[in-house]
Amino acid sequence: MSTTMIYSGPAFAPTPPEPPSAEPNYLNHDYSIWSWLTTVDHKRIGILYLVSITLFFVVGGIAAGLVRLNLIAPNGAIMTEDAYNRAFTAHGVLMLFFFLIPAVPGVLGNFFVPLMIGAKDLAFPKLNLASWYVFMIGAIFGVWAILAGGIDTGWTLYPPYSSRSAQSNVVPGVLGVFISGFSSIMTGLNIMVTVHKMRAPGMTWGRLPLFIWSLYATSLIQLLGTPVVAITVFLLGIERVFGIGIFDPTIGGDPLLFQHLFWFYSHPAVYIMILPGMGIISEVLTCFSRKNIFGYQAVAWSSMGIAVVGFLLWAHHMFVAGISFYSALLFSFLSMLVAVPSAIKVFNWTATLYRGSISFQTPMIFALGFVVLFTIGGLTGLFLATLGTDIHLHDTYFVVAHFHFVMVGGMVLAYFAGLHYWWPKMTGRMYSDWWSRLAACIIIVGFFLTFIPQFVIGYHGMPRRYPNYPPEFQIYNIMSTAGASILGLGYLLPAFYLTLSLFFGKKAPANPWAATGLEWQTASPPPVHNFERTPVVVCGPYEYAIGADQMGRALPEAYDMVDELASGKRYNETVTNKETAVVG
Amino acid sequence: MSASTHTAALKHHFEDLEQQHSSERLGMWMFLATEVLFFGGLFGAYTCYRLWYPAEFEYASSFMNLKYAAINTCLLITSSLTMTLAIRSARLGDRQGIYQNLLLTFALGAAFLVIKGFEYAHDFHENILPGTSSFGGEIKKGAESLGLDTGKVRLFLCFYYTMTGIHGIHILVGLGCILWLVLENYRGKLPPANYSTVEVVSLYWHLVDVIWLFLMPLLYLAGAHIHHAH
Repeated sequence: MSTTMIYSGPAFAPTPPEPPSAEPNYLNHDYSIWSWLTTVDHKRIGILYLVSITLFFVVGGIAAGLVRLNLIAPNGAIMTEDAYNRAFTAHGVLMLFFFLIPAVPGVLGNFFVPLMIGAKDLAFPKLNLASWYVFMIGAIFGVWAILAGGIDTGWTLYPPYSSRSAQSNVVPGVLGVFISGFSSIMTGLNIMVTVHKMRAPGMTWGRLPLFIWSLYATSLIQLLGTPVVAITVFLLGIERVFGIGIFDPTIGGDPLLFQHLFWFYSHPAVYIMILPGMGIISEVLTCFSRKNIFGYQAVAWSSMGIAVVGFLLWAHHMFVAGISFYSALLFSFLSMLVAVPSAIKVFNWTATLYRGSISFQTPMIFALGFVVLFTIGGLTGLFLATLGTDIHLHDTYFVVAHFHFVMVGGMVLAYFAGLHYWWPKMTGRMYSDWWSRLAACIIIVGFFLTFIPQFVIGYHGMPRRYPNYPPEFQIYNIMSTAGASILGLGYLLPAFYLTLSLFFGKKAPANPWAATGLEWQTASPPPVHNFERTPVVVCGPYEYAIGADQMGRALPEAYDMVDELASGKRYNETVTNKETAVVG
Repeated sequence: MSASTHTAALKHHFEDLEQQHSSERLGMWMFLATEVLFFGGLFGAYTCYRLWYPAEFEYASSFMNLKYAAINTCLLITSSLTMTLAIRSARLGDRQGIYQNLLLTFALGAAFLVIKGFEYAHDFHENILPGTSSFGGEIKKGAESLGLDTGKVRLFLCFYYTMTGIHGIHILVGLGCILWLVLENYRGKLPPANYSTVEVVSLYWHLVDVIWLFLMPLLYLAGAHIHHAH
């Protein structure tokens, strides 16, 4: 079509015709509830995860709303101190263990790993279904703990408070974390084996999409980190239930050991949360700037670098907990070291954008928001890795703001970028362009307003988790709560327009963004077995400069939601400015 | 199930049996890595306290029942041999041999648990227990007379029960897997082409065995066993 006519380089196979969409696909081949609950199709399991984590996101969001609302007055606006403890713990536990950790691997990973590497399914489809059930059982315990009155320990569950003193539902909460951890291990194991063993012919490691690389690195952490927190919270549970324990200071046990073991997982866990997001950003930025990724190898290996170095710096959570100066020095150095692979990614993304034909589609707005917010979040992390500044900033709102910049500004935005990028593939429907762009903008603005004031009050010394604060901090807290309301509105919008798109959205073509990945080479939504025949890969993952997909065929024209400049004239300019070699 | 192009053993989403088997093997090895880290947390914690409180740990260890532990070690090592012989039978397509070796492995593993049960009963009887009120008897008296911190003796007992308990659960899971293999064999689902199913279970069984080989010296051989006679 037009791109093939404009382009005058090496000849590709012609743009494939639109695959017929009338055939039964994974959504319509069976409508019964039973077929969903017993499915071993990775795509349906991805949807099951999508529905469940959305639910937990809403509940965790309500808890966050309560926390913010309470903080508009210096002595608590709506809750007792005890209820406040339970609200922020509910927010932390739900968002971390039941939203952030399973979000991308569970939903987008399950759905797209086999599609992107040209496989029929994940290596262990039954294990995959089991992982969802295990996750839901864990979640039931977690929700039970919260509904039965909540947990008041904070999500970190530090003993001896959690094991001896807390008068709340620590045990069901701990069980929830323990059980859902195994679901995370199952997903990680499945994805790792799939990437090793199930790649389509020609899909070499050097041609793997960067989303796959990032999920591979994530899975490594899930496999090696999660069992450690599992045994740790198991010991905590025993200590609480039987009154005998390994962290119990009254018999010579060491609570600091709990912190070491807990953070040995829980620090790498933040990379479980952010790494898949980084993978999504690599996909989206290349597609909507119509350029090959800058520094493929560097971006791929930096994912592995983050996974490995991420295991070695857990004790920076304990700089003021009484660890030795020498180990603090070492952990400070290692914490700074992990900023290097993260910065490599940001620089490569920026270089990818340089002179690209950028179009501001919704996924791209989210992705650009990610780059900005993640950079701020990452840089403020260095303040906390530095020993001197950390003593001042430790356990203040500065940490809260830093963490939310990375996790919400980073990860949640990346998740939304991925969801909007792949929504047409998952559902076969296009969503409202205008509303989705509006939602992206509202979320970014609301986010800034929520968390920038928290940097300020944190720097001035407001401790996290305290329900009371001096009156001079009130204005910042009100700003933050106002921002949270805007953010909340921004989160509600996708719930409406994405749901509406299922019923009223225009039918999505197979490749609406004219993207290069294998997942776009099959119908939207995909048929049950993903591909008509096993695809053969001949190209790298981002050959936007020469306009070829991974099967070496010319890219189709983008869906007309994309503005004229990006898909037409400017597209050609970028092509002539690049000197990228054709692979295969 | 969907018709496969090669053999009945091939699952629909794999291209060929080799891909399927190597996936299963890799998956199990990765799971074993997870298991090592799971026990690693316990071993790490044990190491810390053993270094901090060597006297109490050695003292408490000397109350562990060496006789039961020695028999159990022999049982588990032998079960690893029979498990490996089951792989050989599966490769040769010797269905009778698979039954024999699997059931032998099962019997050895079950005997381990039964002996472990006797050992726990014995410990309970002697009040070798970590709880505040249940801890007592000779182990308490001895500790007090030697001027040892009874809290730290109880800490060792916490490790003893947690580690052997979790290991016991792993044996139980292994026994379940072996029974499942017996059932698969009965259904004729373990032809030579599918021997890797037996191999994958054996990998898990060997790991559980190896963990015991670490637990045994850490828990039973840390002390000199001279404070009292069994």
